[in-house]
Amino acid sequence: MIDNFLLLVQNPSFALDVVLNGLLAGAIFALAAYGMSLVWGVLNIVNIVQGELVVLGGFIVFVAIGHGVPAYLALPLASLVMFAIGWGLYYTVIFRVVDKDLFLSILATFGLSIVIQQLMNTVFGSDVRSIDTGLGSFYMLGGAVTIAWIKVIAFVLALTSGGLLWLFLRHARMGQAIRATAQNPRAAHILGINTDRVYAMTYGLNAALCGAAGGLAVMAWNIQPYIGLPYTVRSFMIVVVAGLGNVGGVIVAGLSLGALENVAGFVLGAEYQIAFVFALMVLILVWRNWRAARRRAYLS
Amino acid sequence: MMKIRLAALTALVVLGVLGAGVGWAQADDMPVIKLGAAVSLSGKYSSNGVYTRNGYDLAVKKINARGGVKVGDKHYKLEVVYYDDESTPARGSQLAERLIQQDGVKYLLGPYSSGLVEAMAPVTEKYGVPMVEANGAAISLFRKGYKYLFAVLSTTDQYLKGAVTIAAHQAADPSKVKIAMAFENDPFSQDVRDGVLEDAKKYGMKIVVDDKLPPELSDMSATLTKVKLLKPDILIVSGHDKGAATAIRQIADQRVNVPMLAMTHCDSAQIAEKFGKAAEYTLCASQWAPSLSYSDDLFGKASDYATLYESTYHEPTPYQAAESSAAVEVYADAFTRAGSLDPKAVRDALASTDLSTFYGPIKFDETGKNVDKPTILYQVQDGKYVVVYPEKWAEAKLRAPTPTWDKR
Repeated sequence: MIDNFLLLVQNPSFALDVVLNGLLAGAIFALAAYGMSLVWGVLNIVNIVQGELVVLGGFIVFVAIGHGVPAYLALPLASLVMFAIGWGLYYTVIFRVVDKDLFLSILATFGLSIVIQQLMNTVFGSDVRSIDTGLGSFYMLGGAVTIAWIKVIAFVLALTSGGLLWLFLRHARMGQAIRATAQNPRAAHILGINTDRVYAMTYGLNAALCGAAGGLAVMAWNIQPYIGLPYTVRSFMIVVVAGLGNVGGVIVAGLSLGALENVAGFVLGAEYQIAFVFALMVLILVWRNWRAARRRAYLS
Repeated sequence: MMKIRLAALTALVVLGVLGAGVGWAQADDMPVIKLGAAVSLSGKYSSNGVYTRNGYDLAVKKINARGGVKVGDKHYKLEVVYYDDESTPARGSQLAERLIQQDGVKYLLGPYSSGLVEAMAPVTEKYGVPMVEANGAAISLFRKGYKYLFAVLSTTDQYLKGAVTIAAHQAADPSKVKIAMAFENDPFSQDVRDGVLEDAKKYGMKIVVDDKLPPELSDMSATLTKVKLLKPDILIVSGHDKGAATAIRQIADQRVNVPMLAMTHCDSAQIAEKFGKAAEYTLCASQWAPSLSYSDDLFGKASDYATLYESTYHEPTPYQAAESSAAVEVYADAFTRAGSLDPKAVRDALASTDLSTFYGPIKFDETGKNVDKPTILYQVQDGKYVVVYPEKWAEAKLRAPTPTWDKR
């Protein structure tokens, strides 16, 4: 462990490689986390099925590209299809657990995640899927830093989507309705907002964002029906750190998580990479709790 | 009018029943030996589970077409009772219980994967029912003193020993060889790792990277940066299909230069088909290849088996199917030699198996593992999997060392 750390210190160019690759991965985590933040903030649901929506989006892109759809069209297509799926999921399952106990919604979305996993396994098979975009990589510092172009594209797209989402929430009529409902659903309802539609829209939007994240994941790495959970956990963690409805916070938290995770993987060994994510989450929860307690003490 | 219709209907039904009766009578000519199997038709092992079932079915069909199995002076037809174990060990052991208790099956064929064999073996052992398995290679299965468990395939610790040997032969001084390892943290891959470590120690090689990959792996860039930095002579990876796919993809993306790359599961992950040039030079451990010169009376040569499989299932022949077919052959041979259908007698006959099959020689040691068949190494050469090791079976010469990325 210490020797790994020394390796990084002695070879700063390789350290840069680890950090950059992590940052780029973090952008895709952030993209999936925007949606979770929205759903959590507006519907008050911790969406355990998040990771499966990501993977499903990846499969849609995989199938589309397999049928000759160019990659730049496959991504929006996946988002669109996922929006419809999200909308459908809302009107079949999710609307029943809005306003209910948190435990119920966690159970319901957990159940959904199992159903979607198995459906994906039946429809797409359990094989590991990946799309080679053929874009290659670029090199810096004598080959010490190598970054696949697709990861750069994923990074840019993830940040752009974040920006668009922010604009949408700020200025679009629907975005304002979503924010109003998040603040006070009852008041929003009284003022003529169809909150049910807002909920469906929010959930659909979440699924669409997940679809885009999955599409990028299948091009940058690979997917298989059972890889959803790490995406759910990472999204959860990013949202916990960033707070609800904070797009900028999600981006910062996502990128930091990606970079930290990759450095941890290098220094502690790959087997502790995910364990590190969990440990970090516990630390952050403790810290937030401590800070909140201090603020309460001040107020009283 | 109504009456006529009714009569016609009755006649039809009667005819149908009679017809079916005739059909049954014909099938009943030959008594049946029921084999039982729980295979993964859903869940994460579903593709390999289907290969397993295809292999069993193909052998059963072939044996029945040849006139069945001769036991004493009677001929029997083989039949397999299948259940789906959903790729979960708990379900597997329930189904073993069910096959034996409710369906009265006295001989089991194995499931797919070591984990499921591990779950089912205690049950078959308890009831004294033999299980011949073809897809559970973990060495730990054969350290438990099971008496009724037999495996036709080579155990996992053997998988990548060949790669270490090749690395040793390539080097002027084997003790200078540096090894980087990335193995998934699961029983299968850790067994493979044990085998590699054992041989690396023998040659006095140095392990410079020893990462355990998490099961939910899709990114190993941190490990690969380490490899880039420490410049090992050989990189060894094992993590099922996803490990193989991830490694090939990211080694190319990150332009990691290693003189030799060896891994498991490249054929089932279809690295040559899916990753093209990026997969070239990779060494792949395998249980079997259609190009080997093994043969038997039932299927003919290994290549004949592959032709038959491809024309039946319209896909390339996975070794998982070949070994599954071999398991059925082992049973057929044991039934005949036992001369009886008593599970104990069949078990003893299995224990003294000494059979040449299209899949390779099969002979069990006292723990039940096949000690007669070597594992082989393929190399991806010009988009094809070509056997390069052991030299006795090699189709082509090893291409080593792998050129650096700027020359590929």
